[in-house]
Amino acid sequence: MLVTVRFFASLREALGCESMRLEIAAASVAGVHDALAGTLTPTQRDALTAPGVRVAVNESLAQGDIALEAGDVVAFLPPVTGG
Amino acid sequence: MRRQVHIQAEDFDIAAEWRACRARCGGGAGALAAFAGLVRDRAPVGEDESAVHGLHLEHYPGMTEASIEGIVDEAAGRWRLLDVTVIHRVGELQPEAQIVLVLVASSHRADAFAACEFVMDYLKTDAVLWKKERRANGDAWVQATAGDQQRRGAW
Repeated sequence: MLVTVRFFASLREALGCESMRLEIAAASVAGVHDALAGTLTPTQRDALTAPGVRVAVNESLAQGDIALEAGDVVAFLPPVTGG
Repeated sequence: MRRQVHIQAEDFDIAAEWRACRARCGGGAGALAAFAGLVRDRAPVGEDESAVHGLHLEHYPGMTEASIEGIVDEAAGRWRLLDVTVIHRVGELQPEAQIVLVLVASSHRADAFAACEFVMDYLKTDAVLWKKERRANGDAWVQATAGDQQRRGAW
């Protein structure tokens, strides 16, 4: 199943990627982590799983490992610093 | 409660926003409270004190606006508000530039003061925005602070 994965701010720089189409085996946020894991360096994996990193699915914050559908947009958001 | 949330690269005119808010509220508003955030040219005392020569603000179009609208709605659930404007700039900003405006109209000052501070505290911790400082010794993403989380938690 294909989903779109987006990375913002420090995560975009750490992973060297703003947006990608990703084939996932398990239709969930955990499935995205699994599919990404093999493509990332240890440093990039640490950045993605650092405390405070949140995941949004279709622009809504996702609590825990929620189910995904084909075409969903999964965004990884580092801790916010606006205001 | 009326709500205006704008994410924009261009500067804003506080006097114009103030006039527009008064025009929308008419005679019902007994109090207007405004807060503006500006770009400092240095770090807080005790931190890396190398000069800051600019700020870059990144957002997630759509989600950023929704996150701020959620903050305003939360404030409207706690205080009696007539009109709330939040303008947050994104992109490249120079020292002394305006970053953010929170403008709150209410019947009474206590509600306007409290809601203005509440919205500002929540913008720090819940609005989907990221700041990067342009420094003489290199660019650095701003880190979220425990102090901001404590202020949010105090509400």
